[in-house]
Amino acid sequence: MDVVISQNMVLEAKELSCIRDDRILFEGLNFKLSNHQVLLLEGKNGSGKTSLLRIICGFREQDSGDLFWCEQKIKDSEYFSEMAYVGHLDGVKKELTVLENLKMSLSLSQKGRYSIDQALETVHLAGYDDSLVQTLSAGQKRRLSLARLLITKNTLWILDEPFTSIDKSGITLIESLMHEHIVAGGMIILTSHHDLALHEVDVQKINLSLCH
Amino acid sequence: MSAFFAVIRRDLILAFRRRAEIANPLFFFILVVTLFPLGVGANPKLLQAMAPGVIWVSALLAVMLSLDSLFRSDFDDGSLEQMLLSPHPLTILVLGKIIAHWLVTGLPLLVVAPLLAIFLGLPEQALGTLLITLVLATPVLSLIGSIGVSLTVGLRRGGMIISLLVLPLYVPVLIFASNAVEMAGNGLAVDAQINILVAIFFMSAVLAPLPAAAALRMSVN
Repeated sequence: MDVVISQNMVLEAKELSCIRDDRILFEGLNFKLSNHQVLLLEGKNGSGKTSLLRIICGFREQDSGDLFWCEQKIKDSEYFSEMAYVGHLDGVKKELTVLENLKMSLSLSQKGRYSIDQALETVHLAGYDDSLVQTLSAGQKRRLSLARLLITKNTLWILDEPFTSIDKSGITLIESLMHEHIVAGGMIILTSHHDLALHEVDVQKINLSLCH
Repeated sequence: MSAFFAVIRRDLILAFRRRAEIANPLFFFILVVTLFPLGVGANPKLLQAMAPGVIWVSALLAVMLSLDSLFRSDFDDGSLEQMLLSPHPLTILVLGKIIAHWLVTGLPLLVVAPLLAIFLGLPEQALGTLLITLVLATPVLSLIGSIGVSLTVGLRRGGMIISLLVLPLYVPVLIFASNAVEMAGNGLAVDAQINILVAIFFMSAVLAPLPAAAALRMSVN
């Protein structure tokens, strides 16, 4: 079951900076993330957490510095087949059923640790296979986009505020999934205002409000 | 390759579930063409002479109307982000979306256009040519249009800008296609026009998905 998580992977940021509308959000940002590690981004609203995540996803071009995956620039490496992102937008189609959405994610990526059925069971969406996503609640949509993390092959999870619109049992669920992923050798980068209850896990913290 | 077909399949299912939205361009096409005789009077000679132009201009505008739907919903709900993150080449996925768009908007025009052509009194010998030009050129409209939409999808109100970007590129298609139909109606050879349309088709099939994919990356930013 652990074969899908690649070991000995390193994501490294060197002297990253991001400028938005003449404001320096952060500069000279360095970090190094390897297997079994979590990187938690903290900072005030508008301190550039989401911008940093979008740079790490390759959506946004950094204003200086570079990101390396196993010592290669991310654009030239296998990075994109090793990562998965859950952002503010759920990335699911509301006119498709739960099952159709997950199958689509699967064909865009490679097969991961869980089968679709197992993943739905885990995020408590079993029995919703054939429901259209537009009939789900916001929290359930969130759970669906988390199910995507489970069914696809990935080492690095990038989560932007994963706990939004999720109930208490959901928070525990996400934390246990994160824990499992980390123990299996995965890495996670996330932003969250919620205090993480991850025990015996190597959590690095970066406070972006202090990165000027 | 499986991702390519998955994208086409997904977009076709989506189109089927949003039937009303998809029927719009087709309705527009039928309405414009049927309103023409009411506007210019029921003069068979005049209608016959105008038929190629009317059908082609309406088809072109109908496709342009539908362009915005090509990437809009994927952009709004984050599906586009997920496609960008896929290890599969974005160009291939974009090509899949363009093909699905053509199947949903271009193909129905192909079915209806001959009927409307007969309605306008287009000579029978031109019907074949009309179909050939539609088969060759409606995919071109979707392909070229994809560049325009992917550039403007990040803007809230891109409608007007799309037309400005895309229309100049549509003009050659319009000229050669409607000219071919007109010449065929007069019993003349249309090889030259058809050859040019074939060339435009292959050129845009190869060249359009690349800038469209690049522009999408910029739009998502």
